[in-house]
Amino acid sequence: MTATAERSTTMTIFRRPESTEGFWSWVTTVDHKKIGIMYGYAAFIFFIVGGLEALLLRIQLAGPNGDFLTAAEYNAMFSTHGLTMIFLFVMPISAAFMNYLLPLMIGARDVAFPRLNAMSFWLFFFGALFIYSVIFFGDVTPPLGVEGVPGNIDPSQQTLLGGLPDGGWFLYQPNAGPSFSPGTAVDFALLGLQILGIASLVSAVNFLTTIFNMRAKGMRLLRMPVFIWMTMVVAFLLLFSLPIIAVALFMGTFDRAFGTLFFQAAGGGDPILWQHLFWLFGHPEVYILILPAMGIVSEVLPVFSRKPLFGYAAIVFAGGGIAFLGFGVWAHHMFSSALTPVAQAAFGLSTMTIAIPTGIKIFNWLGTMWGGRIRFTTPMLFAVGFVAMFVIGGLSGVTHSIVPSDWQQTDTYYIVAHFHYVLFGGSIFGLFAGLYYWFPKLTGRMMNEALGKTHFWIQFVGFNLTFAPMHWLGLQGMVRRTWRYAPETNFGPWNLAVTIGAFTIAVGILVFMFNWSWSKRKGPNSGLDPWDARTIEWSIPNPTPHYNYAENPTVTSLDHFWHMKYTEDSEGRAVRRDDADDTIARLEHDGRNPSSPIHLPNPSYFPILMASGVPLIAYGIIYHRGVAGKLLILIGAVISIGSLLGWGMEPLEEPHDGGGEHEPAMAEAH
Amino acid sequence: MAETVATADTHAADHESFGIDNRKLGMWLFLSSEFLFFGALITNYLVYGGDTFGATVVPREVYDIPFTSVSSFVLLMSSLTMVLAHHALTTGDQNGTRTWLLATAMLGSIFLGGQVFEFYEFINVQGMTLTTNPASSAFFMLTGFHGAHVAIGVIMLLSLFGMAKRQGGLSQQHGMNLELVGLYWHFVDIIWIVIFTVVYLLGAV
Repeated sequence: MTATAERSTTMTIFRRPESTEGFWSWVTTVDHKKIGIMYGYAAFIFFIVGGLEALLLRIQLAGPNGDFLTAAEYNAMFSTHGLTMIFLFVMPISAAFMNYLLPLMIGARDVAFPRLNAMSFWLFFFGALFIYSVIFFGDVTPPLGVEGVPGNIDPSQQTLLGGLPDGGWFLYQPNAGPSFSPGTAVDFALLGLQILGIASLVSAVNFLTTIFNMRAKGMRLLRMPVFIWMTMVVAFLLLFSLPIIAVALFMGTFDRAFGTLFFQAAGGGDPILWQHLFWLFGHPEVYILILPAMGIVSEVLPVFSRKPLFGYAAIVFAGGGIAFLGFGVWAHHMFSSALTPVAQAAFGLSTMTIAIPTGIKIFNWLGTMWGGRIRFTTPMLFAVGFVAMFVIGGLSGVTHSIVPSDWQQTDTYYIVAHFHYVLFGGSIFGLFAGLYYWFPKLTGRMMNEALGKTHFWIQFVGFNLTFAPMHWLGLQGMVRRTWRYAPETNFGPWNLAVTIGAFTIAVGILVFMFNWSWSKRKGPNSGLDPWDARTIEWSIPNPTPHYNYAENPTVTSLDHFWHMKYTEDSEGRAVRRDDADDTIARLEHDGRNPSSPIHLPNPSYFPILMASGVPLIAYGIIYHRGVAGKLLILIGAVISIGSLLGWGMEPLEEPHDGGGEHEPAMAEAH
Repeated sequence: MAETVATADTHAADHESFGIDNRKLGMWLFLSSEFLFFGALITNYLVYGGDTFGATVVPREVYDIPFTSVSSFVLLMSSLTMVLAHHALTTGDQNGTRTWLLATAMLGSIFLGGQVFEFYEFINVQGMTLTTNPASSAFFMLTGFHGAHVAIGVIMLLSLFGMAKRQGGLSQQHGMNLELVGLYWHFVDIIWIVIFTVVYLLGAV
């Protein structure tokens, strides 16, 4: 870039970072696009880690009496697989989409609080590393186990993988309490989730403020793309569910670190309280995982059906309805925990009502496709796959609301099948649809369609081969979280099929990774509007210029970009305007040539510094009994509070007298 | 945390907006989350607070209601001085702003001192510690987290006071900071009213 403005006299601790390329530009960036990309890549790395953990589980279970993993390793693998996929993959990759797309879809320059946004990412990233750092910094005192039961662990047999958190992703008490999990693995999980929670809470505040206050002129709430609506709903869910899990995590940490008695039955505590608090967060959490994918699918289906989204308002309000009802169904995760019959009936009924808004969405998606001129591109295949797989997962979900039936299914592979159909067949298929759909927005290139379709079909077949047999296994009585099974159970053949399916999925993911890295460099140029899209993020050049919109857009309708290109004939059919191609050429030119200089928030060191202090405090809490721990808490607090002070004194944007930081002529994409 | 995307060509008028400053809206949203945080902590206390846990000492037996009433009154008065600080700023009375900010911080500190004394009494005189029983765990966790919120509020108030002192007054931008700290401070007070009523008064009857 050109010479920057003369240094201001504002008091700061550091020189303001100036890099626009390379390592430091990413570390110090406050640009929502770069932050979104970092979220995406970080999340995908953890997707691979979580996937490898799943493959290890499947090798162990491929045949009867597997001896590939020890019992301790098996416990650690299924727990860490769940934690990783939920908190380190689906949530952050949804955050990646929200970060990248939210300002683009509402026509804004950035989010409301760019530096807080950077801090959210670094808190997530350090929190994730913190959880996995238990391998290096954990104290692997083995669990006591129960005498005589296979799987009781001898300290000399402690292994690397067995040292990972092993209490299940839900960390049920008292199993995750100090007496049954005396090592530090669970502490790392509890405090790591606390850090991730702070990151998500800050993001939620940030996104809501952005949506409420920074929409383009004319973009009223009911003209927002459905993905933005779902972002808003998810942000509210985070806002209201995270504080509850924060309290539960604090209680768990206090029990383990400071000897409180919240969940210690021997001291009068109530382990069931953990379940209530956990699922009061945990059920909204599953909607936090699925709603962004529903938003993505609601964007993809209309584009490739060449029809407006059927029942836009119904889909929007159904999303809100799901979120609202989501706070009233948590105890259906606990039907086997001795609830009163009244509570069981009430939560069974409230669970059934969830099917209503969900059904509305499904029928609206089908209505969108009905009679459309459908193009089966890769994103469309994944979106349709989402709808089909989610229906199967949804139907098995409804069976859980029937309490006696749920008792039969609880803790069997039927449950595992159910939530993988909604979270993998649902969320992850939807997220892949989004990755293929918005790839040109990131890179200006198209992904290879043949490879994309290959990926879809391999993953689709592999997915069903993996998770459909789990229904049968569950109904036959195969229990979740069991390390091995006896040959007499006859679980062997289906388990082998499941394992083959899991490796098939892995092959599909490898195809995707190859396609992504190849297309990023060699893919054909996408132009401005590769999909004949409807929403305004496609009205600016690809890849997105670093300033987003050269001029602040004005929106006059839902699907504004579509209406710039199409009009209706006398019978209400869409007809492409004669000047549509000229419009696109003009947008391409204007989007790259801002008429006046655009000033963006400057990069800053403080978000990453602030975030780096927090894991230090967490290490300190785990090892607070020693001097090193107390010292770590102090150092972490000094770093974080010091960064906040520096942050407060640093202006968001350096004064731009003189130096042209973002000359229009220099406006090239990053 | 004072930041908005205040780019040269981005004014509120160019955007659809709720008409509330970004920072203030962000603070409201954050506080809505905080209500759930304390809601969970209070619920946690209600779950355990009624039990006797054998013969061990439980919180409701050791409350000193007159003492806590006085410290609660002090905290409530700090909300008044907070409002006066804000009012002084809107009328351009920089001296008054500084005075009332300092008064608010002082009252908050007195409340914290009272809490430290109360904890000391409970632990050393009454023998009720964090680990005596789940009710005492819940009590100390709830009031402790509230105390931590008050302490953070005092730090923010003193930062504002320091800023006002050093720069000879609070500018327009810092005026918003004062409003934000004020919102937070009133929230901490409101939560205390609930805690004092539900945990202390209703617990003691």
